[in-house]
Amino acid sequence: MSVLVNKNSKVIVQGFTGSEGSFHAQQMIEYGTNLVGGVTPGKGGTTHLDRPVFNTVAEAVQKTNADVSIIFVPPAFAADAIMEAADAGIKVVICITEGIPVRDMIYAKDYVKKRSVTLIGPNCPGVITPEEAKVGIMPGFVFKKGKIGIVSKSGTLTYEAADQVVKAGFGISTAIGIGGDPIIGTTTKEAVELLMNDPETEGIIMIGEIGGQLEAEAARWIKANAKKPVVGFIAGQTAPPGRRMGHAGAIVGGADDTAAAKMKIMAECGIHVVQSPADIGETMAKALKKQLA
Amino acid sequence: MNIHEYQAKEILKKYKVKIGEGLYANSAESAVEAAKKLQELTGTDIFVVKAQIHAGGRGKGKFVGTEHRGVMIAKSIEEVREKATQMLGNTLVTIQTGPSGKVVNQLLIAANVYQKGATEPKELYMSILLDRGTGKDVIIASTEGGMDIEEVAHSTPELIFKEFIDPAVGLQGFQARKIAFNLGLQGNAFKDMVKFVTSLYEAYKGSDASMMEINPVLKTSDDQILAVDAKVSLDDNALYRHPDLATYRDITEEDPLEVEAGENHLNYVKLDGNVGCMVNGAGLAMATMDVIKLAGGEPANFLDVGGGANAKTVEAGFRIILKDPNVKAILINVFGGIVRCDRVANGVVEAYKNIGNINIPIIVRLQGTNAEEGAKIINESGLKVRSAVILKDAAKLVTEALSA
Repeated sequence: MSVLVNKNSKVIVQGFTGSEGSFHAQQMIEYGTNLVGGVTPGKGGTTHLDRPVFNTVAEAVQKTNADVSIIFVPPAFAADAIMEAADAGIKVVICITEGIPVRDMIYAKDYVKKRSVTLIGPNCPGVITPEEAKVGIMPGFVFKKGKIGIVSKSGTLTYEAADQVVKAGFGISTAIGIGGDPIIGTTTKEAVELLMNDPETEGIIMIGEIGGQLEAEAARWIKANAKKPVVGFIAGQTAPPGRRMGHAGAIVGGADDTAAAKMKIMAECGIHVVQSPADIGETMAKALKKQLA
Repeated sequence: MNIHEYQAKEILKKYKVKIGEGLYANSAESAVEAAKKLQELTGTDIFVVKAQIHAGGRGKGKFVGTEHRGVMIAKSIEEVREKATQMLGNTLVTIQTGPSGKVVNQLLIAANVYQKGATEPKELYMSILLDRGTGKDVIIASTEGGMDIEEVAHSTPELIFKEFIDPAVGLQGFQARKIAFNLGLQGNAFKDMVKFVTSLYEAYKGSDASMMEINPVLKTSDDQILAVDAKVSLDDNALYRHPDLATYRDITEEDPLEVEAGENHLNYVKLDGNVGCMVNGAGLAMATMDVIKLAGGEPANFLDVGGGANAKTVEAGFRIILKDPNVKAILINVFGGIVRCDRVANGVVEAYKNIGNINIPIIVRLQGTNAEEGAKIINESGLKVRSAVILKDAAKLVTEALSA
């Protein structure tokens, strides 16, 4: 078991022949992901990285039975790519692209929701189930196999957390990069829920950022449903209000979406909140020990 | 991207949202010209002189060392000249500018719209923005115009009305009518409000705005509905499809270091602390700022060098951080994935040598791909740079550097 992607996932790449798509497709193949082909409109019928290229996602699904897609197309065309994947019957759509207009995402999110498709991202590092499938841009070697699930809005901070977990003697079941945009397909709560219900996951790390209410929503859900220890961190304790900190969604809008406010709610809901990102691994180790004692 | 009130009103006008007439000015002369033209256009004898800066609270804000406000009434054309002179070139401090304030170089001269008449003028509130929780646009309206809406939401939440827009079909007529009824309007004012909301939503959608706030919306004494003020932010990611709106960018409103960073494709936000930082990835960059604080420092900036950190970006980042005189130490934190740590280390050493004269301690924390090779390069460089692999150790080095 694992969540979202595993060794049986048949993955296609949208924006397959572009520079980003090519580079990361190659990396995913080397990792061992079952990458069955890709889509680049106008290049159908050719071969790229020893895999077939299709003009449309529909054709790719028909010929390869793909069920997972990863999107690298430029921001102006990314929402269209998300909807194309959903329409073609892809079950899990992972969008890496950063910089998609918010209006496009309002439409795309509504579109995938009505088709019961799981969208991860956009503006995310993707999803990895170690030793089974890497569908993203993360450095695979950091993620040793194990029983800790990670949900995170950030890319490199996810790698940091995974590295600490491994150094603390554990490993990763599945790491889900949900993305740092104001509109994302899968929320913190939904991703935590997947890991909470995964029998192979024994502990969950939840990494959030300033801005929005996703962590508070997840915390309340955890309070009512937690069966496993959750360690939480919110980046941006020192961020000033009203300034966008890199990610489009990372902006303090009011008193209730600061790091301090989120950490308070998370602690009240029984999450092991760390003040320093350097303590994520150790805190998870302690929480698991306590659970067993 | 934030824009000025006069620019926001240009957008509204394009979408047929009724606004209080006004004209742009950037000198006392052009202010007088604008007032004369407005008089011809509207017949008004009373004008409102409004400072154009990217910050709210102008009406209550004061110019440094005076009692002059950022929004002032002028009862004659001569008074327009006087008020304009009091504002232009001077620094306005409002609740949103911070204590250093902002220099006013541009004005909007507006016609008075609060004339007495058949009915009392009434100030209302309206805004449209994204509701992140539902992923839908929401229209927020209130009978309590001209006030701080967060205050209204806190003290009288029953006077705030929200209407969520279905992405598939957009704003519907019944929703526009509901808003107008909720605001207690009748007759022509009701009809005008339905048009106003509908056009405002079109303007919001059509310009890819991330926020439009009209506070106040005025019901005039002759039962018209119009926008007296307008605050608009545009979605940066959508500017590529609005070349006309992209020209609204006013770089004099931005921090010069942030402008320079943008030109180098670096994501930089200037802060007030004493420890600079350079990081790959926005989340890790914020987390690194938090580490600095916990180590006893204050972050001097947010700086995300992105996924393609190389010698050139590292050097550009260094130069920008070093221009801030408050910086007493720099922490570089890179988690190598696709980016190789040995390359980043070489970049740091090269940049350090190119810049020369760096007299503050530099701490480089490299982790991930080729981390050990990276640390070796830093340690053997002979430069005043200390390296760390574990984040905790980097934090300790920051504390040491600050207490040295």
